[in-house]
Amino acid sequence: MDYGFTTAAYVVAAVLFIQSLGGLSGQESAKRAVWYGIAGMALAVAATLYGPGAGNWLISLVMIAAGGAIGWVVAQRVQMTEMPQLVAAMHSLVGLAAVFIGYNTHIELVRIAALDETARAALNGFAAVVAHKSGVEVSILRVETFLGVFIGAVTFTGSVIAFGKLAGKVDGKAKKLPGGHVLNAAAAIISVVLLVVYLQTGSTLALAVMTLAALFIGYHLIMGIGGADMPVVVSMLNSYSGWAAAAIGFSLSNDLLIVVGALVGSSGAILSYIMCKAMNRSFVSVILGGFGGTTGPAMEVTGEQVAIDAEGVAAALNDADSIVIIPGYGMAVAQAQQSVSELTRKLRAKGKNVRFAIHPVAGRLPGHMNVLLAEAKVPYDIVLEMDEINEDFPETDVAIVIGSNDIVNPAAQEDPNSPIAGMPVLECWKAKQVFVSKRGQGTGYSGIENPLFFKDNTRMFYGDAKKSIDQLLPMIE
Amino acid sequence: MKIGCLSEVFAGEARVALTPDSALALAKLGHASVIQSGAGAKAGFSDAAYAAAGVEVLADAAAVIAAADVLVKVRGPEAAEAQALREGQTLISFFWPAQNAELLEIVKDRGATVVAMDMVPRISRAQKMDALSSMANIAGYRAVIEAGANFGRFFTGQVTAAGKVPPARVLIVGAGVAGLAAIGTSTSLGAITLAFDVRPEVAEQIESMGAEFVYLDFAEAAQDGAATGGYAAPSSPEFREAQLKKFRELAPGIDIVITTALIPGRPAPKLWTADMVALMKPGSVIVDLAAERGGNCDLTVPDQKIVTDNGVTVVGYTDFPSRMAAQASTLYATNIRHMLTDLTPKKDGVIVHNMEDDVIRGATVTKDHAITFPPPPPKIAAIAAQKPKEKVKELTVEEKRAAEAAAFKTQTRNQVGMLVVGGALILLAGLFAPASFMSHFIVFVLSVYVGVQVIWNVSHSLHTPLMAVTNAISSIIILGALMQIGSGNFLVVILAAASVFMAGINIFGGFMVTRRMLAMFQKS
Repeated sequence: MDYGFTTAAYVVAAVLFIQSLGGLSGQESAKRAVWYGIAGMALAVAATLYGPGAGNWLISLVMIAAGGAIGWVVAQRVQMTEMPQLVAAMHSLVGLAAVFIGYNTHIELVRIAALDETARAALNGFAAVVAHKSGVEVSILRVETFLGVFIGAVTFTGSVIAFGKLAGKVDGKAKKLPGGHVLNAAAAIISVVLLVVYLQTGSTLALAVMTLAALFIGYHLIMGIGGADMPVVVSMLNSYSGWAAAAIGFSLSNDLLIVVGALVGSSGAILSYIMCKAMNRSFVSVILGGFGGTTGPAMEVTGEQVAIDAEGVAAALNDADSIVIIPGYGMAVAQAQQSVSELTRKLRAKGKNVRFAIHPVAGRLPGHMNVLLAEAKVPYDIVLEMDEINEDFPETDVAIVIGSNDIVNPAAQEDPNSPIAGMPVLECWKAKQVFVSKRGQGTGYSGIENPLFFKDNTRMFYGDAKKSIDQLLPMIE
Repeated sequence: MKIGCLSEVFAGEARVALTPDSALALAKLGHASVIQSGAGAKAGFSDAAYAAAGVEVLADAAAVIAAADVLVKVRGPEAAEAQALREGQTLISFFWPAQNAELLEIVKDRGATVVAMDMVPRISRAQKMDALSSMANIAGYRAVIEAGANFGRFFTGQVTAAGKVPPARVLIVGAGVAGLAAIGTSTSLGAITLAFDVRPEVAEQIESMGAEFVYLDFAEAAQDGAATGGYAAPSSPEFREAQLKKFRELAPGIDIVITTALIPGRPAPKLWTADMVALMKPGSVIVDLAAERGGNCDLTVPDQKIVTDNGVTVVGYTDFPSRMAAQASTLYATNIRHMLTDLTPKKDGVIVHNMEDDVIRGATVTKDHAITFPPPPPKIAAIAAQKPKEKVKELTVEEKRAAEAAAFKTQTRNQVGMLVVGGALILLAGLFAPASFMSHFIVFVLSVYVGVQVIWNVSHSLHTPLMAVTNAISSIIILGALMQIGSGNFLVVILAAASVFMAGINIFGGFMVTRRMLAMFQKS
């Protein structure tokens, strides 16, 4: 029951967590960094179990073990293409846990309010901490609890919907109930009003109604956002789960929770910011769903899409010295990363310079493509970011676009009226030849015609990405 | 349908519009072919070779015209040939309808359909039947070979035991298809090749072929090749003067000049004047590919090779493709076959003359007793309009410094502004909140600050592991649950236990999956 010891453990844990995030600046240091995180977590949990306020050790340990076993199995089994779903599912758990803990605080508050002085003095653990709070502190506690529950609830339903969309269980298209964002705004206003009510009275009903409103906001907000904006959504939910933890930390007066919540919250916020910047869209416009209005008619696309067969692509690859591959979500859908890796290996064995160009919003999760390629054993030092490789396209013999569309759309630069005008894109059309592996002639997520497909140096390699690449493999020699 | 190929009657024409190979391909479209005996002889295709490819060999032109539904030829028909066409018959050949108005009237009166290979619009889809380009390609190649045959030295520079040989300097004027083919041939023979064109946008193409683009220092609104379907348009007198001045400057150092400058529907521009020829060294060669249209050189005599007083050879042949009849016939026959492929959309041997099709409409000059020339402009522009390239302005040192100073100022302003606003908000909070809250609040603000600093450094490629690990550590919320689980309230215990359970999934799942991912990142 030593506060000093627990606090000291928390300080060490906080430092370990910061180290763990800081270590992600490089692939090699990251492998060490994850152990810092594990150590920090173990220390924090152990110190809390040992420290003041804890009880029911048995239940705690059983629950940790049970949850841990499930988490372990899931983590072992998950396919790398399913990472976005997994991350979203985990966010929902954090959100729900935050809601529960918030409610616990509320229940304790109600319970303590009903007790008399002697009974209060007899309390121990968390209840004792609550019992010693002054009037203003109780008000603040209520605000913190309320916020924690609100953010937690939004995170919970939002993540569940995001999970459904990413796993294909919910239709990926942007959908809104009639009324659209007015409904969200109404729910938010109701929540604010209920906050005032709760602050005054501590009414359970207010908290419950607010929870329902928050659950609705999470559901409706994410339903209105389309599939390709999921990188932003997932990082946003990541951020929310952090803020929820921080709010709960305030209500429990636990500094470690506050520190970690703030770290995670700012991490998610920065990721969202990077994703939005990569799409040249404001955070608000992504969250409100759909693309912004255009200022005029889109530039007419002229010419035709010229198809090519595997022999043609193979011949060009055999002749090329420098090749850049641009993977997108389509590669993940077709599970083509192993074939792409094999192709890369064969081409590199012939002494060709093969590199990958990754757009920040390629895929459904920040860094999604990097993980898929790493899984397929593509060395990370040939996987480059957009800014690193964009200048090299004019010296590239062949660029292969596999299942990406909007991120290689020249309209972003050439057509000021395009809905994606100004979005940074991979300038693959500057390569001498471009092959686009694509299932059919349809447009991408944004529904915008892609002039790249009509360029003179572009050839369309139609078909399922995996089958197409597999066809190429025996022809590379 | 029956495709009939006639012998060329034009004197010296050695090409043929059907080869055994193209006949085999036509058979796959469901067409039978007939050919006039001896039609391919000059191009190296014997009657026996045709017969082996399943082509019926007929004795004379009359028999072919009588047998065939579609006639294919290289040169446009002579008046007598045109008279022999019958109602509903289709003729595919070069025709030059703009220059041959009378011939056009004859075929119209005969009721024949004429598809002019020279009228195929210049759009991507029609490239495979663009006979002008395929013939120009041959002409460009042959022009260099012809120049080499008349040039007394090597193309390539050599250092030999018998002395040093300088490389030939070749100037190609006009970088159309013929010009580019000439550049390619000339550079591959090892000559130093210069090239000029009035369209500045072709500089890139010229340089890609290994030649040096001759830049004119002349400020004029650049011609947009897109407006004229990729062909050159007449230039202003001032521009022409600047151009001639540049040529005069170059003339003494040039060994071989190949001119290919043509403007559609006009006589060839005079670009290599008599005084330039006089400036050239004896033994130099000029090959004028525009000889048929009057020539780019003053001294060109069409169809002849002359030697000037100062020993410069001027080649004015007009039949370069015919001089490589085997190659030219193969390419031309393929162009014809592609045209027939488009005319036979179902590959069932039935010709559908779809006048809605841009390519077929453009090439058809007469149909059903009506002249359909000139065609309406195609629905698709041939070449996307060029965009003037914006020049990146070179900043001077002062401007750079000013820009840097301005950037520094705005940055400072932004930072100070944010610090002031943030500080004010925190102070405001401090006025109302109790000390116990503020101590946590400090921790919170500092943590956000640290988080921002740390996360900015995370490598882009590790964003997914970052999300997984933040996921795992956001389960630190388990601490809250652990603190509450010892409560006396039954409901609290249950909710706390559920929270511990969920956080447990997250902690183990998050860290495990992060480890799995990170282990996959391998250096090559």
